[in-house]
Amino acid sequence: MDQFDVAIIGAGVCGANIARKLSQYELDVALLEKEVDVSLGTSKANSGIVHGGFHDHIRTLKARLELRGALMFDRLHEELDFPFERCGILVAALHEDEMKAIEQLYLQGVENGVIGIEMCSRERMLELEPTLNPDVVGGLYAPSGGILEPYRFVFSLVESARNNGVHLKTEFEVESATREADFWRIRAKSGQEIRARYVVNSAGLLADSISAAFGAERFTIVPRKGEYYLLDRSAKAKPSRVIFPVPTEVSKGILVIPTVEGTVLIGPTASPAQNKEDFATTREQLEHVLHTARMMVPSISENDVITSFAGLRAVYGSDFYIALSEKAQAFVQVAGIQSPGLTASPAIGEYVKDLLKKAGLRLVEKSTWDPYVHKVPRARDADPFALDALVAQDPAYGDIVCRCERVSEAEIVAAIRAGHTTLDGIKYYTRAQMGRCQGGFCTYKIIRILMRETGMSFDQITKRGGGSFILKGSL
Amino acid sequence: MKELSFDAVVIGGGAAGMAAALELDTRGHSVLIVEREATLGGILMQCIHNGFGLIEFNEELTGPEFAQRFEEDIRNRNIQTSLRTTVLDIREEGGLKAIYCVSPSQGMMRIEARAIVLAMGCRERTRGNIRIPGTRPAGIYTAGLAQRLINIEGFIPGKDVVIIGSGDIGLIMARRMSWSGCKVHAVIEILPYPSGLTRNIVQCLDDFGIPLYLSHLVTNIYGKDRVEGIEVTPIESGALMHEKAFRIACDTVLLSVGLVPENELSRNAGIELQPATNGPWVDSTLMTTMPGVFACGNVLHVHDLVDYVVEEARRAGANAAAWISGYRPERELRVKAGPNIRYVMPMRINLERENRFYMRSLIVKNDARLEVRLDGAVVRSRRLAHVQPSEMLSLMLVPEELSAAGRDSTVEIALL
Repeated sequence: MDQFDVAIIGAGVCGANIARKLSQYELDVALLEKEVDVSLGTSKANSGIVHGGFHDHIRTLKARLELRGALMFDRLHEELDFPFERCGILVAALHEDEMKAIEQLYLQGVENGVIGIEMCSRERMLELEPTLNPDVVGGLYAPSGGILEPYRFVFSLVESARNNGVHLKTEFEVESATREADFWRIRAKSGQEIRARYVVNSAGLLADSISAAFGAERFTIVPRKGEYYLLDRSAKAKPSRVIFPVPTEVSKGILVIPTVEGTVLIGPTASPAQNKEDFATTREQLEHVLHTARMMVPSISENDVITSFAGLRAVYGSDFYIALSEKAQAFVQVAGIQSPGLTASPAIGEYVKDLLKKAGLRLVEKSTWDPYVHKVPRARDADPFALDALVAQDPAYGDIVCRCERVSEAEIVAAIRAGHTTLDGIKYYTRAQMGRCQGGFCTYKIIRILMRETGMSFDQITKRGGGSFILKGSL
Repeated sequence: MKELSFDAVVIGGGAAGMAAALELDTRGHSVLIVEREATLGGILMQCIHNGFGLIEFNEELTGPEFAQRFEEDIRNRNIQTSLRTTVLDIREEGGLKAIYCVSPSQGMMRIEARAIVLAMGCRERTRGNIRIPGTRPAGIYTAGLAQRLINIEGFIPGKDVVIIGSGDIGLIMARRMSWSGCKVHAVIEILPYPSGLTRNIVQCLDDFGIPLYLSHLVTNIYGKDRVEGIEVTPIESGALMHEKAFRIACDTVLLSVGLVPENELSRNAGIELQPATNGPWVDSTLMTTMPGVFACGNVLHVHDLVDYVVEEARRAGANAAAWISGYRPERELRVKAGPNIRYVMPMRINLERENRFYMRSLIVKNDARLEVRLDGAVVRSRRLAHVQPSEMLSLMLVPEELSAAGRDSTVEIALL
């Protein structure tokens, strides 16, 4: 049976950050994921924002981790090659009575120590963001806020962790655990077993059932749904900064987000989900997204919609729940990580590392730790001369498989070799199938490349593992 | 980076591109066809059903047979092609057009040309475009992708099928899936009339007993890993009848909900597009707002028959040749889409020669009348036994009919 110092349950953005952090030390670490690939849960479907540090007060754990995490992204971006940009964040007030809330956010930001935060007049808002509704009365500007591709961030973190010795076990759905002497014996649904001295519960929506399986604290994670529309990169309504409305009690509201890849994302809603697998979008909620987003950016058009999707927030109380279990030994809870979880996640990695140290884990730095991942050049980013050079090295760069997002065969192959062997995995790694034709022109090509590279037969190809088979027969 | 030079470059090697290139060659100009796939023929290659070429060849051919006739002509005349080549950018540089493209064997190429013919075709509208809510399982494909998977790759995407939209590709695929041992449970159309050609309704649905639900909307898609079913809601007097909604179990949803000209290249080059067609704005010679760049086929507007595509493409090729030789139309008038006409293509008329127009009706009507008006006065009237939006209308106008035209006159085409 495989034996580890630490087992991390859940390869979302928290688990991935914790795994990469622990990969800096002389430890045997296992990262356990129930899905076929990493980042397929809450970390996949969210707003992809590095927040500005003004939404929550610094007395909360989430604000402290958000502020710390936000500062870590420039270096992570340099090391891990995921798309990231500090485009700045605006909070737009559309009525005079909202300016009171803006002022409170501003003062909270100042108290939190946010650098460069600014209260803006109507004119300043329109100067910063000309696509804004001209009826805007004022707002807030946080220049350090940013945007990133969340799944690419997780992919890179996991790749870096693996390069530094972390064992990723996908399709390992933890079913039960027992404490034996100094170890947790962890059993997967598939019958596989491992042993680990310490366990981190970063299971997202399922953190409550994992906690129960280890005999730790009883709590309930409530799924709260967020629905989004994605707009084409050619949409007229493309702001250059993230636009927030004035927040409400339950959420930060419906945002207009220029994604780091040039499309526009609008959403999310905040409504109760029927269960933890309820990723269905609804007509009413999506209409609400369009309507609300248009109040801030009137030029948003339903004709620019490429696709819609829903994500689930893992809600538990009003703050993050990150702590050593008081009931189960050598067990760390990382639960209730909703917004600003993505922003906070690098700091969560450090925080959990320190909790483990406190619980007795010995941390000896690895001299061979390499923070950098191998950068895969992208045809879309290459100028003509650079692309010519890439094709000379690898002719597959000259085969543009996905015309909408300009993705070459070489990048698809790189995704597969990095372990992304489903259509969705390849999509999130490369962006192929993510553009305006939604895979209409490239799906069959990707299927062929997948079969060639992996030796899979046509009936093994899935959208995202499990029973999501693409093809049902052959002629 | 390789540098090449031609009189004209045709972007896209489907029916339109091949027909345009042949015309340029006939007129003595050097021409290169740039095609992203490994073969010429474009989407025709996956259309293995017959019905192509009734006007062009007075025969019923399959898509590949239709393409083959043009392809052989291209080969016999040694017209140059660059296959597996993706055009990335069109620019104006030093009074010429520069086409930047890439292929695995040649790397980056910069091709100079005096004229360009855009013939990139169109793409299918997606689920996102029509905003069907629900889950996002495997098993949802555009009809064209399913057609490619079956007819060329040899894979069957699913067994129990519902087709959303009654566009021609969807209808053809209803028959194709039935022939492949699949059960097509229904075709769902939001409009009160079918979007495809009547002959396809008869041959692809009626002959197979496949129900067509007109005035019905798909309001939900169910399924976690793979599609498990859809919810269909009838529309009565423009309102959704939620209490009459019903479910159809299926493992596959095919979408045939319209086509969109693929103009990202044109848009990035700064070419003006017009909303009625999603294609470039063109003058009477099919020239776009970028001088020397012409457009034809489905990238200009979505056609119903390939025969019309090649007719239009020949005109674009001939006009591009004339432009290279210095011809410029002197007297042009604006042509307006009048009542019940969605658009008229092209949007300008040349008063010096005959003009072929294609247009789309906004209405379904028997015993209709097509009117051409010059400044409000009817100069031509034609009876049409039946019109519907899915069937393109064609009209030829000669300068004599417009002899009364002044400098600021407007021609309007109306359907009554």
